[in-house]
Amino acid sequence: MDFRLTDRHEALRTEIRACIDAHIDEEVIARAHHTGTNHCVELAKALGDAGLLAQAMPGEGQDPMAMWMLSSEAEKAGAPFDSVGMALVIAGVLNAAGTKAQNQRVTAALLAGEEFVCFGLTEPDGGSDLPAISTRAVLDGDEWVINGSKMWTTMAQVSDWVFLLTRTDADAGRYGGFTVFIIPMDTPGISVDPIHTMSTERSNVTFYDDVRVGDEWVVGEANEGWRVVSIMFGFERGIANTGALTPLLSRFHQWAGHTGVIADLVHREHMAQVAIDAQVAELLTQRTAWTAAIGEPSGTQGSIAKVFATEAYQRHARWAQAAAGPEGLLSLGEPGAAADGWIDHDVRHCVPQTFQGGTTEINRNNIAERHLGLPRSR
Amino acid sequence: MALDFSLSADQEAIANTFGAFFARESPVDVVREAEPLGHSPELWAKLRSLEAPGMAAPDQAGGAGASLGTLVVVAEALGEAIAPVPLIEHWVASRACPAPEIVSGEQVAAIALRPANVDGTWRLVPGGAVADVVVGVDRGELVAVHSPPPMAAPSNHGSAPLADRSAREGERVVLGEASELDPLLDLWRVLTAAALVGIAERAMCMGVDYVLERHQFGRPIGSFQAIQHGLADLPALVDGGRFLAHKAAWAFDERLVDGAGVIDMGEGNVTEFAPLAAMAMLHAADAAAVSTDRSLHYHGGYGFSLEYDIQLYFRRARGWANIGGDPSGERRRLADLLWGPAEALAGR
Repeated sequence: MDFRLTDRHEALRTEIRACIDAHIDEEVIARAHHTGTNHCVELAKALGDAGLLAQAMPGEGQDPMAMWMLSSEAEKAGAPFDSVGMALVIAGVLNAAGTKAQNQRVTAALLAGEEFVCFGLTEPDGGSDLPAISTRAVLDGDEWVINGSKMWTTMAQVSDWVFLLTRTDADAGRYGGFTVFIIPMDTPGISVDPIHTMSTERSNVTFYDDVRVGDEWVVGEANEGWRVVSIMFGFERGIANTGALTPLLSRFHQWAGHTGVIADLVHREHMAQVAIDAQVAELLTQRTAWTAAIGEPSGTQGSIAKVFATEAYQRHARWAQAAAGPEGLLSLGEPGAAADGWIDHDVRHCVPQTFQGGTTEINRNNIAERHLGLPRSR
Repeated sequence: MALDFSLSADQEAIANTFGAFFARESPVDVVREAEPLGHSPELWAKLRSLEAPGMAAPDQAGGAGASLGTLVVVAEALGEAIAPVPLIEHWVASRACPAPEIVSGEQVAAIALRPANVDGTWRLVPGGAVADVVVGVDRGELVAVHSPPPMAAPSNHGSAPLADRSAREGERVVLGEASELDPLLDLWRVLTAAALVGIAERAMCMGVDYVLERHQFGRPIGSFQAIQHGLADLPALVDGGRFLAHKAAWAFDERLVDGAGVIDMGEGNVTEFAPLAAMAMLHAADAAAVSTDRSLHYHGGYGFSLEYDIQLYFRRARGWANIGGDPSGERRRLADLLWGPAEALAGR
């Protein structure tokens, strides 16, 4: 085994870092927190202009290490990055399954950091059981007519596109009869209602009332949509959003240094445990990226990394808040807040991490069945 | 060079050789026969025929001068088989004391992990029950003491060949200063971590096999989610432990020691050997404890009956891990390595 990054990767990391540093300051971070929209146009555009989004896009022949680096550097900097992370995933899906016209129109704009996309997957009655969704698309002449609603369409309020999973044939079996569309958000019939959350982000419910789109916005083949969303799940898990322990520990350490808590042996012991788990999370993530890079299936490895990293993040964020006492309850921007309020931020932010990208339980099913070879339980 | 999570061709060959060796020569009945002492002289003799006892000693001394990356592969195979031989302790001692009879394995060597007490006794030396030579610290010096082994161990949780040994009675050779023990302890941590990863891996597989075979309510119990999810947490612990042990070994082999590596906690970047060795040991101890606990639990009542093998792994997971000392103290030591000593910060 070898644990050294190549010079090329080190240079790439430096470039990513410089780009983030040039566009992220306290004001940008405060704005993201105030609005609940983890989105920064200037950063996205700069990453796009530098060609860094094109490098980080997941998919065959791409370098998964670039996506890991971009995500982990953004996490370390506390940068509002969610909209870019989502754009990268959909760019990768369109690159793998979309038409030439879709790639020219959509993928190019996503990778330029100029346009954004939200995920229209989950519904009020179809979450972990995604095949249970009921949003329908029906052909009417040469147009599709879409009706239904989607939950957790985070970033819908700033998105130019929605990546929409629909039912097009209810009789085609559990995984048959789905069709995926990429649709402009300004298409008549689409409306957005905010969902405000206790985490740091705003999400949305989106409604689709007789939304009419042409066949040119079908991604992949009609009725073959499950294949398309499966590509997406493979891109999403265990490479991005697993690096939160390092900034958590670093900020806690800074606070502990200011207050003198750093000399407390009990807290030191727990800090060491966070450092170990941060290393393990990083190694498992790097392994997922490395496996994808050598062209092997990394699906269960992504689940392994994701569950470990996000569960550890919750454990340790909650510990940090307790350890910081009442000051650990104070939010970003409040005078006297422990670690300038980042600890409160982390305790909020870590909550959705264990269900975004597939719940811990769905990922454990995946590990049990496909990694350990246990029987299907559902 | 670039990030690579596969074993090298040499490591693969070593893994296959020793995996097959321990499977053939140290099946579980050999482990059981060696209890309660936890040492099989026959197995040691077979290891000698592979020249395994001399693998860690420098080649100038007739050893194989194997890299730590090679040794961790063997240590993991040893842990998978819970092989009753103090090979890890012998290797570590042989780095400080590569005498021909130790390199050949004719004599067994062990390492005292803590300095001798005021009476000149090394307490509970791993491998001490069977070692002809013990390397350790006494009165500020690193010494090797040759004396007849007791060939008996106090009954203990992990069936380990532990014994108190005298640092003063017997033929005593001064090897160096007391501080020279520290790098040896780090080698012991990494190799013991790898052995604990082997225990964790094997216990996980035993649990999976059992829940597929055991039927209740008309189905294999492995089809129940409650059990699946308990097992599904284990690969992260096992793989994480393996990668940490290998990363520590890589740092050592790349000479990222004594400050040549990086400790940048702001970046989460650690390539320095000593903290990686501490992390590997602490994580592997947890991984082995959790893996054996879940696996034993899913065996139900059979799990703690002596007839079943999982209890052998369960006891060693705890026994081998605790020989090095209280994990709380080890975590605080790791904190000192990462952020500087607590005492220095207290007055700030």
